[in-house]
Amino acid sequence: MLDLDESLVEIILVSLRVSVTATVLAAVVGFLLGAVLAIWRFPGRGALLVLLNAMMGLPPVVVGLLVYLLLSRAGPMGSLGLLFTESAMIIAQWLLVTPLIAALTQQIVADLMLEYREQLYSLGAKRWTMLQTLLWEGRYSLLTVMLAGFGRAISEVGAVLIVGGNIAHHTRVMTTVIALETSKGNLTIALALGMILIALACMINAAAAFSKIYAARLYG
Amino acid sequence: MLDSGAGAALQPGSEASILPLHLTGVGLDIAGHRLLDGVSFELKPGPLTVILGANGAGKSLLLKICHGLLSPTRGEVNWQSTASAQIRGRQAMVFQRPVLLRRSVVANIDYVLRLQGVSKPERQQRIAASLQMTGLTHLQHRGARVLSGGEQQKLAVARAWAVRPEIVFLDEPTANIDPAATVFMESLIKRFSAAGTKVVLTSHDLGQASRLADEVLFLHQGQLLEQAPAQQFFARPENPHARAFLRGELPG
Repeated sequence: MLDLDESLVEIILVSLRVSVTATVLAAVVGFLLGAVLAIWRFPGRGALLVLLNAMMGLPPVVVGLLVYLLLSRAGPMGSLGLLFTESAMIIAQWLLVTPLIAALTQQIVADLMLEYREQLYSLGAKRWTMLQTLLWEGRYSLLTVMLAGFGRAISEVGAVLIVGGNIAHHTRVMTTVIALETSKGNLTIALALGMILIALACMINAAAAFSKIYAARLYG
Repeated sequence: MLDSGAGAALQPGSEASILPLHLTGVGLDIAGHRLLDGVSFELKPGPLTVILGANGAGKSLLLKICHGLLSPTRGEVNWQSTASAQIRGRQAMVFQRPVLLRRSVVANIDYVLRLQGVSKPERQQRIAASLQMTGLTHLQHRGARVLSGGEQQKLAVARAWAVRPEIVFLDEPTANIDPAATVFMESLIKRFSAAGTKVVLTSHDLGQASRLADEVLFLHQGQLLEQAPAQQFFARPENPHARAFLRGELPG
């Protein structure tokens, strides 16, 4: 049985820490990659776009398996000793979220590019400045993209279960506990955690939506 | 009122002029359609030039080629200067639908001055002068995208003014704004010209062209049919298409 008070807070904190970190790191890479793909033309760009779009739907268990192989003792990065740690879970979720953020960012920046390209060029902006400007101009949409990424991270169970191992007080997160408790027949706890997970997601989305509406009213 | 304007003109002798601009046999094909053909002219510093023509005559395309946003399929575009950074930095363009950044009015002007590497005190001074000239000072902290269409167009002019260009291209700057804003915009354009900036404007509006132009380039179906001083063009147009256009009988 779960010692609710202490463990629950711990589990929620681990969940948030892992998924927020993974999402922020994925945003750093995804925004940049997406914007580069939208602005620059280079050989292999088309193939990369197709790959990225396909990877948006990567099954979490497969990503978990790949990261597991990578980090296991015999794997190429086994010496780092990262398997069954929060870092391993962050890596797995980062791999899941980055293609999603990059592909959506590419779409958003490409649309902005149609609208802004001539004007920015006329003002004397070089491509690197254009990239920064367009990412900032798309900030409201990109916030939504980040939330979609966070949603994918916090809700997945397959990858964190495999690479984290669902170890008590260590790598246990809400989704792995829900899966475990359900299989043990503790439906009350599973259900309670499920509701907390949904409430958390709603709160974060609401906060983002309000800041977006407020900012949009100010700057259009 | 002109005091802030006079200071904003380019300082003569500070750098070699990029003008005149020569176009030689410029043609543009897009998807097999010949949109511009054999266009040759010279833009000298001084007179306010209006590129006049019906909708679809190729005015905007021609302006974009001059400004370097489009490369011609045939022909050459030559500035007096050959230094490309200088050529870019000393021209500005105001689009028919200006694209403003999702920032405040001030930040929109500051953006372009930063791109040009203008120092902070100088930026503040130029922003204040531009806002004052365009009458936007009271709106300076508002978001640029929530302004009315006329105010947005004024901001686009303020942004161009702050750059202190040697030449400014205006693409149908009054096409989407109301009559009062149009009158104000035309006065701004005249002040731009009076301050020593070469103004090149496209229009299909005969009234506007006769109010503003010192020189008219008449464009018809992608061809430059007449280049003449404004008085002469309106009194005695030489080309039959130009005569038809002035009578309102020329379809686009």
